[in-house]
Amino acid sequence: METYTLIVLLLAATIRVATPLLLAAMAGLFSERSGVIDLGLEGKMLGAAFAAAAVSATTGSVWLGLGAGILTAVALALVIGYACITHRGNQVVAGMAVTIMVVGLGPTLGLAWFNLGGQTPQLDGVGQRFTGIVWPWAETAREAPLPGLLYAELLSGQNLLVYFAAALVPFSAWIFYRTRFGLRLRAVGENPHAVDTAGISVNALRYQAVIISGVLCGFAGTYLSTAASSGFVRDMTAGKGYLALAALIFGKWKPWPTLGACLLFAFTDALATRLQGVALPVVGVVPVQFILALPYVLTVLLLAGFVGQAVAPKAIGVPYSKEK
Amino acid sequence: MSAPAKLPRWAELGLLPLINLGVALVVAGVIIKILGESPLAAFKLMATGALGTQEGIGYTLYYATNFIFTGLAVAVAYHAGLFNIGAEGQAYIGGLGTGLVCLYLGAWPFWVVLPLAVLAGAIFGAMWAFIPAWLQARRGSHIVITTIMFNFIAAALMTYLLVNVLIKPGQQSPETREFSANAVMPAAHELLAKMGITVVATPLNLAFGLALVAAVGVWIFIWRTRWGFALRVAGANSAAAVYAGISPPRIIVGAMLISGALAGGLGLNELMGSQHRILMDFPSGAGFVGIAVALMGRNHPVGIVVAAVLFGALYQGGSQLSFDMPKINRDMVVVIQGLVILLCGAMENVFRAPLTALFARVRSGKGIE
Repeated sequence: METYTLIVLLLAATIRVATPLLLAAMAGLFSERSGVIDLGLEGKMLGAAFAAAAVSATTGSVWLGLGAGILTAVALALVIGYACITHRGNQVVAGMAVTIMVVGLGPTLGLAWFNLGGQTPQLDGVGQRFTGIVWPWAETAREAPLPGLLYAELLSGQNLLVYFAAALVPFSAWIFYRTRFGLRLRAVGENPHAVDTAGISVNALRYQAVIISGVLCGFAGTYLSTAASSGFVRDMTAGKGYLALAALIFGKWKPWPTLGACLLFAFTDALATRLQGVALPVVGVVPVQFILALPYVLTVLLLAGFVGQAVAPKAIGVPYSKEK
Repeated sequence: MSAPAKLPRWAELGLLPLINLGVALVVAGVIIKILGESPLAAFKLMATGALGTQEGIGYTLYYATNFIFTGLAVAVAYHAGLFNIGAEGQAYIGGLGTGLVCLYLGAWPFWVVLPLAVLAGAIFGAMWAFIPAWLQARRGSHIVITTIMFNFIAAALMTYLLVNVLIKPGQQSPETREFSANAVMPAAHELLAKMGITVVATPLNLAFGLALVAAVGVWIFIWRTRWGFALRVAGANSAAAVYAGISPPRIIVGAMLISGALAGGLGLNELMGSQHRILMDFPSGAGFVGIAVALMGRNHPVGIVVAAVLFGALYQGGSQLSFDMPKINRDMVVVIQGLVILLCGAMENVFRAPLTALFARVRSGKGIE
């Protein structure tokens, strides 16, 4: 029974870590399937996290915070779009640049506006955060046998953004594989010339994809600062954008496998926290750092073709020019 | 759109980066204005803080040393057509090599320790670049992604080593013991004192000279050797390189080894020159500044040294700024860094096209209407 409780708690922690990863990975999925490398995930998330916390702290409404987070992330996405789509700039450089800019900008604005050393004020008022929604009879179910705990800890008690992220996966899969827009999006990432020949604007499609990526990064960042914690702190994404990118690659640029990768990476994270200093049978104490590095190692192995094969969209990273 | 006319060399190498920097500073100025401070006063403070005093200049050049190493690292890879985002991790692991030599061979005379430390830093840095390079060359794994992943793996590895293995016994913070006196880079003020020149003590040290030597070395390598030529050919057109009998995979691995070795030089300045121990996260973003430096310096060693000094001045001036303007902290410098990367790297076409048109118009004798 105790092991069972432990496992359920571990899974609950996995869901908490996986949510922002999944939102960011889905964001990257749209951008990258359209042929635009999304190294700006980290920056867009961080920018949204700051904007959401700042607006929620000043207005007292987390919904306005979410709106601000989305607007900020979309604005940053449009900077990348303007540089890479309109002016055919280097996509990797653009993403890096936006990320670095935001890493500096968040604490700079934070210090000037709130005078708390670059943080935003604690979000402790009513309605300033996304908090867990307790489902009916969750407390009664907790006392009930096995599935009860699962119901109480996993299904119930999550905040809205978690459910949104979960719903996003089938929705994205539907868009990509069952709609005309999705077909075009996939096509523009594989063979933009064919799309252009069919009379569809390559740039317009890519802009749409980049904007969608911004919107989803807005959700991811808002989750970090108003749901997972109560306020913005410096560098709070801590590489989650890059981890999401790794998950996207590990998921072979497909919605459902990406969900799997996000859950796997989040699980290793949750496990690392649990296993801190715990001696396991046979191997003894596993250094936390090794477990934390596991997602990156796995992604490199996958990219190297040692575990399966990840084939990127063909036109990814190549600026589109009608002439070539 | 036909092939754009080429800009004159001086405009390409001098004017365009200056315009980019100018726009970056204007945007930064607008942000400073929004923060409620005067942009002109802020920039003046930064300039005097960085270049107005001996101390300021010392710190500026000390920061610049790190950026020269990482900037050169990014540039060498770039000439081979590779984007090395992993300079941060390579500098981290390279510094480990330098640090280990200093820790365990530090009893030997300095002139024996120094070459070994340089070598160890270069080898460790190169080894960390080797795996992504090999994977790119042989298995086609995208080097941008693998080098990012290797930055994180390096960070995890170093945390493990510092927390569990290298930590000075009986100490809380994850740092090694201090290097012995023989394994410390001579400071600039000490060297100058021997020549009879007295200057204020700063962390500026001999590594700055080594960085300049590396810059000259990179120049000779890229533009004056057969290997460098092969590297540029492969970077410009890998299909043509194959016809010329150059093997792109070998170039990829070779370029990345040199790139990693150069990044490994950071430890000479940061650890041997200033910290005198191995500690957590000592590259502190210099690998990413190297990207800005290489882009702004147009991947030419002279440009890189100039851009590195400029960024050194920004970092030093930024700390001065945070002292004197409480509303602004050093993060402002990171914003400028991001803007420079954006404008010089990703948006270069935005300014190049109008500038080229302008030059073409002037040259055709029409004049500016």
